[in-house]
Amino acid sequence: MKRPRLALLLILPFLLVFGAFQLAPLAWIAFNSFNSSESGWGLGNYAEILGSPFYLQAIRFSLEISLWSSVCGLLIALLGAYSLTRVDSRLRGFVVAFTNMTSNFAGVPLAFAFIILLGINGCLTLALKQFGLIEGFNLYTKGGLILIYTYFQIPLGVLLLFPAFEALKQDWRDAAALLGAGTWQYWRHIGLPVLSPALVGTFIILLANALGAYATVYALTTGNFNVVPVRIAALVSGDIYLEPNLAAALAMLLVAFMTLITLVHQWLLRRSRHVQN
Amino acid sequence: MSRTERLYHRTVVWVLFLILFTPLAATLLYSLATQWSATLLPAGFTFKWYLQLWSEPRFLAAFGRSLAICFGALALSCVLILPAMFAVAYHFPRLDALMNVLILLPFAVPPVVSAVGLLQLYASGPLPLTGTPWILVFCYFTIALPFMYRAISNNLQALNLRDLMDAAHLLGASSWRAALLVVLPNLRTGLMVALFLSFSFLIGEFVFANLLVGTRYETLQIYLYNLRNGSGHLTSALVISYFLAVLLLTWIANRLNRERT
Repeated sequence: MKRPRLALLLILPFLLVFGAFQLAPLAWIAFNSFNSSESGWGLGNYAEILGSPFYLQAIRFSLEISLWSSVCGLLIALLGAYSLTRVDSRLRGFVVAFTNMTSNFAGVPLAFAFIILLGINGCLTLALKQFGLIEGFNLYTKGGLILIYTYFQIPLGVLLLFPAFEALKQDWRDAAALLGAGTWQYWRHIGLPVLSPALVGTFIILLANALGAYATVYALTTGNFNVVPVRIAALVSGDIYLEPNLAAALAMLLVAFMTLITLVHQWLLRRSRHVQN
Repeated sequence: MSRTERLYHRTVVWVLFLILFTPLAATLLYSLATQWSATLLPAGFTFKWYLQLWSEPRFLAAFGRSLAICFGALALSCVLILPAMFAVAYHFPRLDALMNVLILLPFAVPPVVSAVGLLQLYASGPLPLTGTPWILVFCYFTIALPFMYRAISNNLQALNLRDLMDAAHLLGASSWRAALLVVLPNLRTGLMVALFLSFSFLIGEFVFANLLVGTRYETLQIYLYNLRNGSGHLTSALVISYFLAVLLLTWIANRLNRERT
C-alpha cells in the first residue's frame, strides 16, 4: 500500500496543536513538580505537600467528597437505570432525554440553582424549616458539597449504566425463577455479578469526575472550601502568592491517583475475564 | 411483571426525574418571581428579569464572546480533526490505536491540571496567549476532541472508506476531490451531532475561561460568576436562558442522531 508523504502532512497540524496544548502542559507539570523553589531539584515539593496539614486536609476533603458523592450517585443511578429499563418506552425516552440534558447542567449554573434551592434562604430550606423537618441547612459545608456533587454524578451514572442492563437477559431471570430463586437470590448470584464490570467502571469515572471538579465548588464557595482543585488553582492564579511548581506537584498527585484507579480498574477487568474463560 | 412491580419502577423513574428537575424548577420559579424571600411561594410573577437581562449590553457582549470562542474552537477542530482522521483511516490504519489513547488524555487530565502548565508555557515567550481569547480556542479544541473523534470514527467505520475511495478513483476523481466531494458529505450527520453536542458543553466551560483569561475577556460563564453578588432573579433568568439554549442544542443533536439510524 502506498503511503504518500502528503498524507503525513494531514496529520501534522493536528499533532502539533494537540502536542502544544495537551501534551506540553502535562510534560511541564511532570518536569517542574520536581523543582522546588526552596530546595531545588528533588522531591521537595512533594515533601512540602505531604508534610503540610493544610494540603493534607485538602486531599482528605477531596477524597471524602468524591467518594461519598460517587457512592450515592452510583446507587441512585443504579436504581434509576434499572427501573428505566422496566417502564414503557415513552416514559423511558422522555426521562433519558432529560437526563442527557441535565448532564450538561454543572459548574456555575448548578451552583446558583442550588443556592436558590438550598442556600440560607433557599426555598427548599425554608419549606423544610416551616414543616419542622430540619433546623437549618448549610450548603457551604462538606455535607452540602457532597449533595451538590451527587446531583451532577446522577445523570452521568444513569447514562453510563443504562446500556449495561441490556446484557441482563430475561431468560436468566426466568430460569432462576424456575429453579426456585427469589428476587434477592437472583440479584445476589446473577444480576450484580454480570453488572459488576459496568458498576466498577462507572464508579471509577464518577470518582475521577468528582476529584477533578473545580467550577461547582469554586462558584459555590468563591474558592474558600479546601479541596485539591481549589488549592491548585489558588497556587497559580491566587492573589496572595504564586507557586506554580508546588501547584504542579499537587496536580501530579491528582493525576497519579487517577492513573492508579484506572490501572486497578483495568486489572480487575482482566481478572474477571480470566474467570469467565 | 406484577402490578406492584410496575408501580415500583414507575415511581422510581418519576423520583429520579423529580430529583433532577427540582433545582431547575426552583431556578425557573425564581427567575419569574417579582419578589421571593423568606416566604414559601413567590409574591407574583413577571417577565421583567428576562427583559432586563436580554437588554443588558454587558450580557449581550459576553454572549457574543462565548459564541465567537465556541464557533472558533469548533471550526479549528473540524480543520484539524477531519484531515487527520481521514489520513489515519485511509493511509495509516495502525495509528488508530495510538489515536485512541491520545484522545483519552483530555478526559483523564482535568482542566485545572492542564491550566497549571498552560499558564506557565503561554504567559510569555514566543506565544504569549494567556489573557487572550485565542488560548481558549485552542484549549476548547482539546476538550471537544474526544467527542468529535468518537462520533466521526463511528461514522467512518460504517462507511467502508476504501471502497468509496476506489470507486471515486475509478471514475477519475483525484484523492482530494474524492475526499472532499464523496467522503465528507457522507460524514455530515455524524459531524453535525458531534458539533451540536460539543457546542452545548463548550458554552458551559468555566475552568479554562476563569484561570487562563478571567475578566480580560468576559465569557458567558465568567459573566454569570461575576453576577453572584447582584440580583438573584437576574442570575436565575441567565441560568434558565442558558439551559434552554443547551436543551435546544441537545434536542437537535438527538433528532439528527435518530434520523441517521
